[in-house]
Amino acid sequence: MTVTYEEALQKYEPVFGLETHVELGTTTKMFCGCPTTFGAEPNSHVCPVCLGLPGSLPVTNRVAIEYTIKIGLALNCSIASWCRFARKNYFYPDMPKNFQISQYDEPLCVDGYLDVLVGGKTVRVGIERVHLEEDTGKSLHIGGATGRIQGADYSLVDYNRAGIPLVEIVTRPVPGTGFLAPEVARAYVTQLRDLLRSLGVSDVRMEEGSLRCDVNTSLSPYGSDVWGTRTETKNVNSLRSVERAVRSEISRQAEVLDSGGRVIQETRHFHEDTGTTTSGRSKEEAQDYRYFPEPDLVPVAPPRDWVESIAASLPELPAARRARLMSAWSLSELEFEALQNAGALDVVEATVAAGASPADARKWWLGELARRANDAGIDVSELPITPADVARISELVAAGSLNDRLARQVIEGVLDEEGTPDEVVAARGLAVVSDDSALLSAIDEAIAANPDVVARIRDGKVQAAGVLVGAVMKATRGKADAARVRDLIMERLS
Amino acid sequence: MNELITMTAAELSAAMSAGEVSAADVTEAHLDRITAVDDRVKAFLHVGADDARAQAREVDAMRAAGEPLGPLAGVPVAVKDLFTTIGMPTTCGSKILEGWHPPYESTITQRLRKAGAILLGKTNMDEFAMGSSTENSGYWTTRNPWDLARVPGGSSGGSAAAVAAYEAPLALGTDTGGSIRQPASVCGIVGTKPTYGGSSRYGVVAFASSLDTPGPFGRTVLDAALLHEVMSGHDPMDSTSIDAPVPPVVEAARHGDVAGLRIGVVSELAGDGYQPGVVARFTEAVELLESLGAKVTEISCPHFKYALPAYYLIAPSEASSNLARFDGMRYGLRVGGGSAEEVMAATRETGFGAEVKRRIMLGTYALSSGYYDAYYGKAQQVRTLIIQDFDAAFGQVDVLVSPSTPTTAFPIGERADDPMAMYLADLCTIPTDLAGNAAISVPCGLADEDGLPAGLQVMAPPLADDRLYRVGAAVEAAFTERWGHPLLTEAKGLSVR
Repeated sequence: MTVTYEEALQKYEPVFGLETHVELGTTTKMFCGCPTTFGAEPNSHVCPVCLGLPGSLPVTNRVAIEYTIKIGLALNCSIASWCRFARKNYFYPDMPKNFQISQYDEPLCVDGYLDVLVGGKTVRVGIERVHLEEDTGKSLHIGGATGRIQGADYSLVDYNRAGIPLVEIVTRPVPGTGFLAPEVARAYVTQLRDLLRSLGVSDVRMEEGSLRCDVNTSLSPYGSDVWGTRTETKNVNSLRSVERAVRSEISRQAEVLDSGGRVIQETRHFHEDTGTTTSGRSKEEAQDYRYFPEPDLVPVAPPRDWVESIAASLPELPAARRARLMSAWSLSELEFEALQNAGALDVVEATVAAGASPADARKWWLGELARRANDAGIDVSELPITPADVARISELVAAGSLNDRLARQVIEGVLDEEGTPDEVVAARGLAVVSDDSALLSAIDEAIAANPDVVARIRDGKVQAAGVLVGAVMKATRGKADAARVRDLIMERLS
Repeated sequence: MNELITMTAAELSAAMSAGEVSAADVTEAHLDRITAVDDRVKAFLHVGADDARAQAREVDAMRAAGEPLGPLAGVPVAVKDLFTTIGMPTTCGSKILEGWHPPYESTITQRLRKAGAILLGKTNMDEFAMGSSTENSGYWTTRNPWDLARVPGGSSGGSAAAVAAYEAPLALGTDTGGSIRQPASVCGIVGTKPTYGGSSRYGVVAFASSLDTPGPFGRTVLDAALLHEVMSGHDPMDSTSIDAPVPPVVEAARHGDVAGLRIGVVSELAGDGYQPGVVARFTEAVELLESLGAKVTEISCPHFKYALPAYYLIAPSEASSNLARFDGMRYGLRVGGGSAEEVMAATRETGFGAEVKRRIMLGTYALSSGYYDAYYGKAQQVRTLIIQDFDAAFGQVDVLVSPSTPTTAFPIGERADDPMAMYLADLCTIPTDLAGNAAISVPCGLADEDGLPAGLQVMAPPLADDRLYRVGAAVEAAFTERWGHPLLTEAKGLSVR
């Protein structure tokens, strides 16, 4: 018996929550001076401290504390005036000390929210806590079917990642979103990512693991006043997967409940290929982490004036920016959301700043450029074209030097790294043909070759002129201004 | 026997400065002494003879070149085997680290090297500093130079025995529950537990992070102060290190004077379980202090009686976490095959001794969910009460005194199978560790029953370490005058001359 997503949501109310781990973009690690750069030779960015060698001691990275406070403030949290790190004890080969320095009952930031825009509506997602911890090393399990440690022939461990500062942002459970739950979950992560990027505290690349999500999902029958048992889905490594993971868990849990079963509180693994989850370790056999305050570190007590100076240095936050841009560019909530979801806010704003009209900037970034970014599987902001380039192309179109078709060719040239828009125009010879005499000979040829079309135009069927315009455009290889060609044809035939 | 080994660090330093003797000669004399007696004392797990000679030559060359040298230049120091050292293995007295050569050096040994001190080698200890006799060493038991059939105390027993046996004038130890003061007391030498955070823990393999305090051993109060001063001071690599000037300990050791000093005798650190001969020597020491002009009163610290149980929850809890890293994955012993989990279990089963396993289990239990509040949490509350006892006491007196340990050195094997009896050796020392303040043990004579040394413990508030040396130096001078010679010359276990 399979329950469709729609059927599931007719009976059950979904509640979800997210735990998001973000690697901070500090220059050095959380508790030592090793660099944090991604992609280095395995085990080259290590020292006695991040390897947890006997006798080594951690020293807190002040910048990591500052970044965490920034995140907390941007998420409207209260910042603790005094808190401690705690040890989370468990054995695993990628944990150099077999405990992780984390925060337990005294997180640095608590009780905030993020207003998420979904489908033209604002959903307030509560933030329970933002805390700071160290990342673990990275294991690579060789052999075996699953790529997990069970059944592997051997495992390789890279400790470059061990000790990179990691912020965990935990939402409160989000009820009441109904059918929109998967979309809200995705929009939350998207907008959180944009916020973190605008704060400059992380490069937030999900594909490199600098932003990772665990998704909690539960279902309860409508009208019930207790929430259902939740599952925690791990290995959710893209925005699309966030949405799919929630959707898949809703369907799976509904099926379990419908068949009279009970949902087990457990960790589940998301599979990118099938879009489904499979059971991991059950919470009933979960470890006792034996948290206790980290005795090697002194408490973190950020002075009030420091927190205030961090607050004063925050960039414009998304809510304020939304209000400003919607008004300046006369956008509806949906139009704004489209820009935001495409990750195009920054580039569009920069393009407008470089001289393009908001409408033109949006048109290019959400149209041609979004399509190309999508084909390449990257964000629009990662395309090798600058907002200034787009503004220049837009200017050339407005001036009549390019038409849309030529402009797309200019974009292609710039993306192929042939040079600036002007260089591409020159090198490819893409300027619109505006010399009437050159056009007139092509028009005369088109008229001569299409006597039947000419007859229909003269009978008053002016829309037939399109055929002649097309022929002229073809003859000029698209370099003509189509409106001008049409005018000249009509003059010729009048 | 070469007279260089019986000289104090201060005397050696003066002789070398005056050009009467070279660092190479001093080093060679101590290496010779080690060769002559250490097969009986068994204080050293590793002797770094070649490196020591090279360091000595370097100091002599610097002196010849007229470079400025500190008071420890050319003075040999024995190092407890839980300070990480480059060029010498670091085992913490454990089989699980047998043959481990750390790739980095502890802050304190770095400072000693920089000061020109000669690191002779690494000394035996109870495994991971857990014990009061060195019987928990994974390698062997060190002998007390006063009586080779008795323990030298612990956990820093190797360091204390090395100093008492004239194998080194100075040694480094660590004190977590009394691991410097108790062996100093039973070996008849001086040992100091500095203020917590006054000496860096970077590169000191952790037993209980909130308690571990490196400190000095010497045969005289001044010698201990010389080492105390060089090893101390703020270290940015240790977050718990105090960023404050080192108390003027050497200055204080040169000016022993207790006239007008207010001294409190802790009434709770007496009674059942205290050896009469130890109590007698302690009482004499208090009378001596009074005769020197100190104002002595009795002070009650009502929560000290809970210190031992609180300690045996806090220290094992931290240890259970600190020792988790010894799993055979990255360094040290690796036992067995199969899964990572199986290798970890087999390595820890083989590599750790019984006492270490006992404490890991105690600590794991005390931190478990559902038990945390009743055990670890409650113990931390007791710790606060003990700090308050000290605060109240130091509102009335300048220092507190007690016996350093309830008994003299006990025979090897006597308490080995009775952990509770062993734990009582630290009854007097533990409150200071829990509170994080400073304390010293200085010899105060021989117990009548067994002719073995007893120690006087002096306790001072945090960062008032200099008071310990002021009192210690006064006691030492008065007793030496009374006895007519240093106490240690009465040690019968080893012939010095």
